[in-house]
This record gives sequence, C-alpha cells and structure tokens, in this order.
Amino acid sequence: MKLTLHIWRQENQKSKGRFETYELSGLDPQMSVPEMLDFLNEKLIKDGKDPIAFESDCREGICGQCGFVINGHIQSPEKHATTCQTHLRSFNDGDELFLEPFRAAAFPIKKDLCIDRTALDRIIAKGGYIGVNTGQAPEANSILIGHYTAESAFDAAACIGCGACVAVCKNASAALFTGAKISHLAMLPQGKMEAKNRVKSMVAQMDQEGFGSCTFTGACQEVCPQSISVANIVTMNREFWKS
Amino acid sequence: MIDSKIPPGPIQEKWTQYKASCRLINPANRRKYRVIVVGTGLAGSSCAASLSELGFQVEVFTFHESPRRAHSVAAQGGINAAKDYKNDGDSIWRMFYDTVKGGDFRSREANVYRMAECSLALIDQAVAQGVPFAREYSGYLSNRSFGGVQVSRTFYARGQTGQQLLQGAYQALMRQSQIGNVRLHTRHEMMDLWVEEGKAKGIVARNLDTGEIKLHVADAVVLATGGYGKIYYLSTLAMNCNASAIWRAHKQGAFFAAPSWTQFHPTSLPQMGDYQSKLTLMSESLRNDGRIWVPIKSGDNRPPHEIPEEERDYYLERKYPSYGNLAPRDISSRAAKEQIDNGHGVGPMNNAVYLDFKDAINRDGKTAIEKRYGNLFYMYKKITGMDAFKEPMLISPSAHFSMGGLWVDYELMSNLEGLFVLGEANFADHGANRLGANSLLQACVDGYFISPHTIMNYLAGEKPIEDPKPELSHEIIDTNQKRLDNLLAIQGNKTAEEFHKELGKILYNKCGLIREKQTLLKAKTELKNLRDSFYKELLVPKGSSLNFELEKAARMEDYLELAQLIVEDALQREESCGAHFRAEHQTPDGEAKRNDNEFQFVSVWEILENGNHNLHKEHLDFESIKVSERSYK
Repeated sequence: MKLTLHIWRQENQKSKGRFETYELSGLDPQMSVPEMLDFLNEKLIKDGKDPIAFESDCREGICGQCGFVINGHIQSPEKHATTCQTHLRSFNDGDELFLEPFRAAAFPIKKDLCIDRTALDRIIAKGGYIGVNTGQAPEANSILIGHYTAESAFDAAACIGCGACVAVCKNASAALFTGAKISHLAMLPQGKMEAKNRVKSMVAQMDQEGFGSCTFTGACQEVCPQSISVANIVTMNREFWKS
Repeated sequence: MIDSKIPPGPIQEKWTQYKASCRLINPANRRKYRVIVVGTGLAGSSCAASLSELGFQVEVFTFHESPRRAHSVAAQGGINAAKDYKNDGDSIWRMFYDTVKGGDFRSREANVYRMAECSLALIDQAVAQGVPFAREYSGYLSNRSFGGVQVSRTFYARGQTGQQLLQGAYQALMRQSQIGNVRLHTRHEMMDLWVEEGKAKGIVARNLDTGEIKLHVADAVVLATGGYGKIYYLSTLAMNCNASAIWRAHKQGAFFAAPSWTQFHPTSLPQMGDYQSKLTLMSESLRNDGRIWVPIKSGDNRPPHEIPEEERDYYLERKYPSYGNLAPRDISSRAAKEQIDNGHGVGPMNNAVYLDFKDAINRDGKTAIEKRYGNLFYMYKKITGMDAFKEPMLISPSAHFSMGGLWVDYELMSNLEGLFVLGEANFADHGANRLGANSLLQACVDGYFISPHTIMNYLAGEKPIEDPKPELSHEIIDTNQKRLDNLLAIQGNKTAEEFHKELGKILYNKCGLIREKQTLLKAKTELKNLRDSFYKELLVPKGSSLNFELEKAARMEDYLELAQLIVEDALQREESCGAHFRAEHQTPDGEAKRNDNEFQFVSVWEILENGNHNLHKEHLDFESIKVSERSYK
C-alpha cells in the first residue's frame, strides 16, 4: 500500500519546525506505525538524510513511550490505542497522514516527534506514592481490600504515563494523569494516611509545571489508552477540598 | 577461582545467618558512601530506593526518558510467592524445589531457596505500596496457577502485574529523589565500567540528548540492566533492551555465566511479515484455561472451526498428562516447534499453533473468561485484528528471557569486587529454564531484600572514594568517544537494524530452540563474517548529539560480540538441559537428556586480553535435594 506522510521536523527545542513530505510505497497493512517509520528511516539513512527522531520501546502499548499525533488524533485514530498499537490497516491505500508531536507547554519538543514528559515524573515525586520503606510492611492479608475497591484502584492505577490526556486537552491539563494517581492511592486503606498532603503537593506541582486547568470536557478519557475515567478527576477535586 | 561464597549451615538458615553476621555501617556514616545503580526496572528502582532509605547516596542511570518506562512494565501474568493462601500444600520448600526442578537442576541451590524465602515479604511490601493485586470478594488476596507447578501461588494484577509492581518501585524511587538521596540521570547510557585496583568504582555514561560523555565515580556499582533476548531481533523484549552495560562490564573483567541459556516463550504472537520488529507476548496465565492444539493432518489449511474434535491433536495434554497445557515453558515451546516443523503449523505463515478458549467459554461462560483475561483478549485484538472469543488465538514460541548473565556470588557480587548485578542481568536463580512468574519475583527480591544487605556488607570494608584525578578520567572518556567516532566513520551502506535482523536470523536458526554441533559451527563462521562486514558496511547518520542510530549501532556492536560467546557456550555444553536443547542429546521420546556426570556446573566465561574466552566451572552441589530426571509426564 501507498501513503503520503507529512512529518513534523524540528532540529531542537529552540529551532523552528516545519512539515516535510515523504511518499512511501510497498507498505504492508499489518505494519504498525512505528514499523512504518523504521521503514522510512532506513530509506532516509541510505539517502544520506537525517532520519525521523521518534521514540518507541515496548511496541505493545504498555510502556507509554511512543505517542504522537496522527491526522489530529492523539496517538491513534483507533479508540483507546497507543501509536504502536496502530496498524496501517486503519488507513486506506493512498491516504495522507500528518504526523506531529504532542503539543503542550509542559512537554517541550526535543526533536521531530520526541518530547520531554519528565514533568509527569516530578508530579509523582511530590506525593504519588505510599511512604512505606522496605521492611516496614505488615502481612499482606492483614490489609483487607474489597474486590470492587481493588478493581477500581486498578482501573486508576492502569495509567501508563503516555501524556495523551495532556496532549488532547485544549488547556493541556494534567488533571487526568494526576487525578488517576491520587484516586488510586486514596481508595486504598494504606494510602489514606498521607491523602491530604499528597493531593495538595501534587496539585501544586501540576500547576507549577505549566499544565492548564481542567474544564471537564472529558476529551482525555476518550483518548486514554487505558480508558481511565474522568471520575478520577472528581475524586481529585473532592480530595483537594477535603484537604 | 570461582568462589560462590555460600554461607555454611542448613539451607533454611543460610540467609538468616548471613544477615545476622554481615557487616553494618552506622546511619551517620552511610551518607558518606555513594552507589551507582544502572537501570530502573524492578531490580534497579527497588535497590536504589531501598539504599536511599538506608541513608546512602544513590546515583541512578537509565537510558529512558523516565524510570517508569523500563521493560518490567511489560510483564503480564504475575509474581510467585509461597504464601500458601490456597491451602494447597505450598511452602517455601516446595517453591524452592519447583524452581530448581524447573531450571533442570542447573541453578544454585542456596540462591533459589533464598528467593523462595523472601517471596513472602515481597508480597507484603508490594501490598503496602498500594499495588492493586486481584482480590476475592472477601477482600483477601487471590491467586492463580502458572506453568511447571501444581499449586496456585501466583499473585497478579490483571494482565499488568509488571506495570503495577514497577509503579510501586518507581514511586518509591521518586519519593527518594524528592527527599534528596537519589539523583536521577535519565537519558544516560552506561558505556563503560570504571575499575580501580580490581574494584568497580564508577561508570562512564553518555548523555543521549547532548552526546556528552562523563565519568561518574562511586563506592559500588549496581547493574540492573535486564536481559538480552532482543539479540534474537524478533523477541518479546522492548526495542531498546540491550546487553551493552553487562557486556562492557564483562570486557572489564566481570565473568559471564551461561550466555546461551535463553528462554523461548511458548505463547507469543507469531511473526506475520518481514517488516516486523517485535513479537508480542500473551501471558502464560492464558494456559490456565486455553487448550493448545494443531490439526492432526499435516498441511491441513481448513479454518479451525471446520476441524472436528477427533482431527485435533492436543499435543501437550497428550504428551504431558499430569501438567497438560501448563507444562513448563521450555518443554511447551519445543513441543510447538516440533509440531510446526512437522507441517502442523497453522495461521497465514503456518508458523503458529492454536490456543483455544472454546471449552473454557462453554464451561464457565464468556463473562467469566472475559473477567479473567479480558484485557489480554483486547490486546490480542488490537494487534492482530482477530477476536479470540470467536476463534482460537494463534501463538508461537519467541525469544524471551535470559537465564544467563553476569556471574554473581551469593551476595550478588561479580568476581569484580564492588560490582553488583541484579535481576535478569545476573544468572543463578533460574538455572537452565525459568518458571513463569519467577522473574518479577527475582528482580524484586534482589532489589528490595538482598542487595541492600550485601552492598552494605561490602561498603563497610571500603573507604569512601574521592573523585579521580582528571587525567585518568580523560583517558577512559577518550577511549569511549573514539569508539563512537569509529562507528560514525565507517559510512557504509547498511543500517544497524539490518545487521540486527541478520544476526537474529542466524541465532534463531542455528542457536535457538534446538542446537546441534554442525549448525553451531556454521553459525560461528557466519557470525564472524557478519562482524567483519559490520566494520566495513555499517552506516550511521552523522551527528553526535541526539542520534538514535548511533545508540543502536553501539548496542549492535556489543550484541555481535556477545553472539559469538553465546554460540561458543552452546557448543561447549554437550548435554541438553532446560532451554538448552542439543539435538545430539535427547531421550528416545525426544526429551532433554542431561549429563550430570560431566556438566553439573555453570559455564563461567572470562574474557582474555586478545578477546578470546577462558572457561571456568562453578560446580553445582545439591546438598538439600536429590538431583533427578525432570519429568512432567
């Protein structure tokens, strides 16, 4: 199959970017999008050109590394999928694709499709944990957690840190990311002790990193590869007011 | 020369005795010591966080943008622990025995016992961190069964156990980075090990974004850099998994043990085309309910639902009635290869077998199966476009886990003093075949519970290091810069990826699931030629700052050297054991045939000045259990 790609090229954070066009033929519909870029890069390298800088690691939708924007769709035109879980069978022969990096002030562009998402790590560092040192834990079954609570905690904890929620948000808000972690830990008995400080300092860090405010459009939930619910943002807000 | 430093006394008391007698450093003095940890998967993150909690300064390095991206995230099925919550006869002893037997009696007894022993506390630790393990309606923890055992000792968090455990360790690490004892160096790749008077005292690391190469010194170095199954190119591993850190340490004198023991996972997705870059794993837990079969008639191309029951061969159930579809990985993978090679393979490329849930769905209902494996079925659909509720999954063996790695003693310390190696990067606990759900366990136990004690024991005998003289550090930085410059200067016509694909083909065909002397010898020649052509034909685009191709080329250079040692190791071991199956050594019914008289040892390789290797043997003494034939019939 054939595709025309318009890919965002940008040397570094300070330089100005632009779209460049590449015609590709001989593609297999079963190829994933990163595999298509491997294919293109091999050609570029052999033509003495600079290959497209993009990141991808696990290529099975769990490491959260690979996301970019395809024809305006965050990560993928498929619902709740990462870029690496998107295959060329999702497109038609002869389609034009525009590939560009996630856009958010808190995610500076490093090169081409690569962005810096370390702001998310800094939010976690501010309280996205239960402060238990190695060796302090009591016997596991002494902490009882109901089946449904455990399942809901899992649903929130399933976040892979890809940043799609930020990229899709018109305010570039990290409310779903932050809310998911706050909510995961607030639901569990062992996480309640630190709940107040956690929500205060994580929310403060979120603001400091330059993420926007949540106006509750729900767009984040629609693109999240793990289908994390906006109910977690409600939980975050409730926890915040409680604190 | 090989001293595994196993403490004396009965196996049940060795670790307790060790902890009671190892040296300590008082809390005020701990902050004077600095430890480098390379890798932020389960082993690295948990070790770094635990050391920092004790008060040591910790410098953490990862080539990822964030510590949370490490490949531990991809482990799906679960983590084993001998809690015996099921009251089904489990115990530390049984878990120890299952693991030694699963590894075909080629692991170090004392290490395995300790892993089983520490498994209890690990589950406690993970729960306290908030890892959302599956629960019964009563609120108690739930378990399931995995291959190679007859009890249910696997704890799990849907199909994301690795991701959830890593979140726990990563969060603990980020907490320490906030407190200030941990300094994170993301997007940094270790290029070399700094050795002073025979002791590991630092690493050379390259900032992958800027290209800057620097020496970082420390009082001890921990490598927790994972496995190297990606050397086979098509594997279940992530694209960036590599052997460079351990290989560079090996070249500085660290011994490499059992390099050829690579596990092939039986339930990965089959290759669909030449463009393919990886093979996705489907959790082993699926074999709890899925039945594996192929058509009895070879070359039968009918769709699965048209093949009647009596024309199907449920070959695992037939050959291994007592373990059935839950036979261990090495055996299941080999059995699948045998079926595929004999013309019974299914799917578009006839390179797969069926994993069928029809009977389980009829028995328990679709809702129950969906609850158990829903996300795996969903993932399968995303990747293949096929619905496993309606048709059987297509699965095939794929390169997966490295049982081999850097040699370590009981303290997880290499022969190079001060170099500690944790998790998949070391050898020891899994012998010649790892049991499912023991990998997450080993990584966690090494990081949380073992290395903090053994590293402190080592540091107690060391004077805190001072920064090295600038001229010394210039030399090692120059050597490493030169190495990259040389790769950039070749300017041939083949990319690193193309070399990797060729390397993978050689290893799959000649040193994969089945090995044989003649083909191994051929592989040796082919690998030599491939390596020669690498230095003539490699093409890396110019650019010394952010350059992913340069990263790949440097890793590829190390893979090409390691591949030669892998083949050497497979050639030397004239027996079959676990995942290492030599066609010349099999029982009349085609099972692996060990040779305990001559090969009850671990092959430990030392690199010589000229790049050749010298073999040392660590004899495996089994004092607590009787070595027997490994049968799952």
